[in-house]
Amino acid sequence: MSDVTAERWVRRSQDQNWVTRLLDWKPFLVVMCLLPAVGILTIFLTYPLGLGIWLAFTDTTIGRSGVWVGLENFEYMMEDPIFWNAVFFSVFYTGIATIAKFGLGLWLALLLNNHLPFKSFLRAIILLPWIVPTVLTAIAFWWIYNPQFSIISWVFIELGLRTTNIDFINTAWPARWSLIGANVWRGIPFVAISLLAGLQTISPSLYEAALLDGSTGWQRFRYITFPMLLPILAIVMTFSIIFTFTDFQLVYAITRGGPVNSTQLLATLAFQRGISGGQLGEGAAIAVAMLPFLIFATLFSYFALARRKWQQGESND
Amino acid sequence: MSTTVEAPPAPSSATAPPETLSWDSRSRRMVTIWVPLACFLLILLFPFYWMTITAFKPNAELYDYNTHNPFWITSPTLDHIRLLLFNTAYPRWLMTTMIVAVCSTILSLIASTLAAYAIQRLRFKGSQYVGLGIYLAYLVPPSILFIPLATVVFQLGLFDSPIALILVYPTFLVPFCTWLLIGYFKSIPFELEECALIDGATRLQILRQITLPLAVPGLISAGIFSFTLSWNEFIYALAFIQSSENKTVPVAILTELVTGDVYQWGALMAGSLLGSLPVAVFYSFFVDYYVSSLTGAVKE
Repeated sequence: MSDVTAERWVRRSQDQNWVTRLLDWKPFLVVMCLLPAVGILTIFLTYPLGLGIWLAFTDTTIGRSGVWVGLENFEYMMEDPIFWNAVFFSVFYTGIATIAKFGLGLWLALLLNNHLPFKSFLRAIILLPWIVPTVLTAIAFWWIYNPQFSIISWVFIELGLRTTNIDFINTAWPARWSLIGANVWRGIPFVAISLLAGLQTISPSLYEAALLDGSTGWQRFRYITFPMLLPILAIVMTFSIIFTFTDFQLVYAITRGGPVNSTQLLATLAFQRGISGGQLGEGAAIAVAMLPFLIFATLFSYFALARRKWQQGESND
Repeated sequence: MSTTVEAPPAPSSATAPPETLSWDSRSRRMVTIWVPLACFLLILLFPFYWMTITAFKPNAELYDYNTHNPFWITSPTLDHIRLLLFNTAYPRWLMTTMIVAVCSTILSLIASTLAAYAIQRLRFKGSQYVGLGIYLAYLVPPSILFIPLATVVFQLGLFDSPIALILVYPTFLVPFCTWLLIGYFKSIPFELEECALIDGATRLQILRQITLPLAVPGLISAGIFSFTLSWNEFIYALAFIQSSENKTVPVAILTELVTGDVYQWGALMAGSLLGSLPVAVFYSFFVDYYVSSLTGAVKE
């Protein structure tokens, strides 16, 4: 009897049609599963990335495919003070905003890590600036920074600290600081919530041991919190640096690169030259100029992740 | 030895409850925790308050700080919202944004679920490198890609069409979702699938009937993230869409409502408020998924 049933079972599996068998054949299944994701990323990410580098060496404009002009776009850029100003402001913007975001974000994370009532409610509220579309909050900041009706100016004048309106976005340096302020405002929640997640993985017994050894608050932060937080800090910081350096929305919405190009970031300058001005080749060259910086940040991230033996490996965690 | 170590914490532990591991008094806690926290909340939330209050202020109060306290409204009005809904194409923009966000979310969820399953569960040779490649794709920012992508979109004949946005948004959604789902699939015990294999289930049956039902929370998180990210997207929508009626909300507010020298601040703020609401409401329903996936993705 048992022999018969076994035979039947084998035969039934042979009866499966070829589609089912093909779908159960592992190499085919792997290809089918990866095809949508890899296909989308190849057509709309890898190919444009290569195309962008190619465009940077041509004189393409909108509506006319260009010819190879070698390094001409880059030579032109090197002599362009507006480009160098954009490089300076991109680096300055990224540097100051990252330091401020991480300083304040870490502070906020440490505050939230205490035993507080309504903890999840607080976390939810704090994430709001990060959820809401950047451009829409940028418009709110634009209104807050309005030369005539700025609420900040009004408060300062009412308090008797100033007699005239504060000039936020009509001259170069105040405009730069105002943009950095808006970027920090938007970035704090993400940093704080990510670091809070890191803080919560640190075992309280470490702090108890340190307390028994008579440590000060600063020592506990310096020798326990900070080293334990470092891996997450490195990853979050890499992301933050990349997306601050290539920021576009805030600047485009609040100042459009003005006054007199003083707040152009590389991304806004590339947009101005490439899409608004129609010089696709030149815009692509400016965008490509961001690549070395991003490659550096990515390598930094890769090694930070590799040191943590990232999730792809099976046996480690 | 032991007495010298235990002596210092003793007086402070008498004043504070022991379970907070506390070495400070109530008033000190007030100054070091509650005051800075209140300042943070005030600064983080003020722009939203200001946005809301401006949206409901009549113009007479909006531009006159001397007779009306700017922090409050004496006679709230719906004029700005009425202007927005009936005199502009705002409902149309909302609709376009919603369609684009939903379609690109669905598309990226399907693609990234399959990819994450293949990478995490089918375990073929080189799966690590595919995973790493997808992770690296997340680090390529849109600011570098929008110029060449504009030419690609033009060649495909999709310029000025929302379909272009639906196809392009997955470039930043798929890497993120795949990353999130790989982490999620990893937490589902492999033994369940082995049992199903022994029972004679095919790989696709396993995915559909065992793995996916267990991964629903992960799918929800990925979906929320994708939806908010595509709702917020700006640069592609700005570069690829020309005609007014196909614009998404963030682009339309900035390019269509800002006209001439006199800005309609009330309408602008009303537009920003309404544009933020869908995401905020959506977010508030799933806030726990959102926070846990954000923190989970960072921890992985």
